[in-house]
Amino acid sequence: MTLYASVRHGLAVTGGRAVLGVVRWRDTFRRPRAHPHLAPPLRSGVRLKELIARHYLKGRTASSAVPVAWVTSGAPVEPLVALGYHVHYPENHGAICGIRRVAEDLCTAAESAGWSRDLCSYARTDLGVVLTGRTPVGRLPRPDLLVCCTNICQTVLGWYQVLAERFGVPMALVDTPFLYGTAPPHALTYVERQIEVLVEAAERAAGRTLDPGRLHAVTRRSKDACTLWREVVDRARHRPSPITAFDTFVHMAPIVEMRGEACTVDYYAALLEELDGRVARGEGALLEEQVRLAWDNLPIWPRMRWLSDRLAARGAALVASPYARAWGELADLIDPERPVASAARVYLHPILNLGIGQRLAALRALARDCQVDGVLLHSDRSCRPWSSGQADIRDRLVREDKIPALLLEADHSDPRAFSEAQASARIDAFLEGLGA
Amino acid sequence: MTVAAIGVDAGSTTLKVAALDAAGTLLWSRLEPASPRTAEQATALLAACASEAGPGKGAPIVATGYGRDLVLGAVRRVTEITCHARGVFAQVGGACTVLDLGGQDTKVLALGASGRVLDFAMNDRCAAGTGRFLEVTAARLGLSLEAFDAAATAAHHEAVISSTCTVFAESEMVSLLARGTPVEAIAAGLHRAMARRVAALARQVGIRPPILASGGVALSGSVRRALSRELDQDVGLPRHAQLLGAVGAALVGLDPSSPGPIRVAGRPRPV
Ligand code: SF4
Repeated sequence: MTLYASVRHGLAVTGGRAVLGVVRWRDTFRRPRAHPHLAPPLRSGVRLKELIARHYLKGRTASSAVPVAWVTSGAPVEPLVALGYHVHYPENHGAICGIRRVAEDLCTAAESAGWSRDLCSYARTDLGVVLTGRTPVGRLPRPDLLVCCTNICQTVLGWYQVLAERFGVPMALVDTPFLYGTAPPHALTYVERQIEVLVEAAERAAGRTLDPGRLHAVTRRSKDACTLWREVVDRARHRPSPITAFDTFVHMAPIVEMRGEACTVDYYAALLEELDGRVARGEGALLEEQVRLAWDNLPIWPRMRWLSDRLAARGAALVASPYARAWGELADLIDPERPVASAARVYLHPILNLGIGQRLAALRALARDCQVDGVLLHSDRSCRPWSSGQADIRDRLVREDKIPALLLEADHSDPRAFSEAQASARIDAFLEGLGA
Repeated sequence: MTVAAIGVDAGSTTLKVAALDAAGTLLWSRLEPASPRTAEQATALLAACASEAGPGKGAPIVATGYGRDLVLGAVRRVTEITCHARGVFAQVGGACTVLDLGGQDTKVLALGASGRVLDFAMNDRCAAGTGRFLEVTAARLGLSLEAFDAAATAAHHEAVISSTCTVFAESEMVSLLARGTPVEAIAAGLHRAMARRVAALARQVGIRPPILASGGVALSGSVRRALSRELDQDVGLPRHAQLLGAVGAALVGLDPSSPGPIRVAGRPRPV
């Protein structure tokens, strides 16, 4: 960490915060363009934009000023936040690249360097960024540490090994045994030991010692934010739903990449208040909600607007998804009094680390809680952990629960795996079957 | 008899128009290879319908097929799934399975006792199991589709073609020809390969007898026989099999309570 870098970082953060504050102030008074089928966007969206912009702005000057870690979305991040790390999430950045439609170019760069098209498009996008230096957020900070947790998939292991080699920095691995029920004691001990080793590696890379008081506070804020997030997604139980799954895909950014920070807790408290206002006034996210649907898997980032418009035009409200719900469901497992031991339990239980039976159960619970009329399952070409087993899940929903369900072929970031004509034919026929 | 509703099926291979009277009887129909200018072609066929079958004042036009958004004057646009379901249900009147075998698309629909589409499956971004598979492989054998059908019917035995992918099946075919396998056996094998793919789709949605095949490809006796053998059940041919999309669209026009896009506007009611 150099003095020059620290001063530059401090100036950038303070200056950037001021500029973004002005932008937010301006946006607060802007009247959004009226949508023919959707309610005016949530006001909290303005604040969300500011939070994300601030996060990436901080990242631009973070190298050498503060320790930097690149982490997987399901990594135990609380010790890093408590140690003052700037934490970068390549998966979230991959989603931004997907939304901004630059993922294809970046994926192609990775493919030209020899990576297979079957590899996760987040991984390809990230490797493309590393190879070309191109990113829609300006510049990414160089990592001092990589933290890879396999509770989402095994792909991240190879991906982070490549990053470790490329950047020549240490990689801390948290290997999480796959679960078919609740975690057995030996699995908890195994993960807890690895988190302890991660803390040591993070202390070494940062040149600081972890303050237990700070870890307690950060874990508390993670718990508070997850609890609030659970409430936010739970508002989809109301008819009409004040929030769509598309909203949750966007508004979940802070719970993933700013978990443990105070601004995240404040943000979700404000969002919840806004949703409660909609509920009290009987306002839905759609002007007229005729049928309610659930979504399985990651969003199709490059086509999210298209899909949202197509569904809304027919009065179909996509109200919830296990993907967005996942963070809220871990809230009760977080215990600030036992931050490391409880982290072992929390990070063993994300939905992607559970068997297909539990994924089906989660979807059934969601369908029941949110009274959905049908389920759209996104069969994601390059995310196999989410997509394997979906055909069976679909069959059981249709046959045993009598819930109409549709499998849609696409990809979370790579637009080449999506065919608009085929998707529209399926979606329209499915909605006709539901009477929408 | 006057025209009470008109259906236009702007498919990927052919464009079909069907005019029905109020009782659902087919009064007039026309089928043409699809031109790239869908809007003009549909308008010309609708004009032909008006002059030959009578103007049918106020008869609603309902469009379906991939080009449905391009049909001018349509009051509703509905998917082929709904239209084929309506077309077949009007003849069967109960639960059944529909195999809609189109030029570039194969769909399997499971209909409930009331005619509702309970579930459906479509071939995914691949020509396996569609009319295109037969077209390409027949052309490789130098046969017209009719001659291809006749060759498969005349076969004494079936060559084994394991691939359902059009490109791979073509190379399997070439090596069979090189080994001197009779064209008839290859034709039968290709029909069987296609039937295997369609049967796999059908099993996905679950088969409810009777099974009926609609769409242009269903007209081939060899295709239906191969499907029957693969599914171990009779595969029937409904009336107007190739026109069923357009007929179903016109049936949707006759019955305003049938599903279709609903325009939404205004504020929601609080619950
Ligand atoms: S493969 Fe799926 S779970 Fe793994 S990083 Fe990619 S999107 Fe995430």
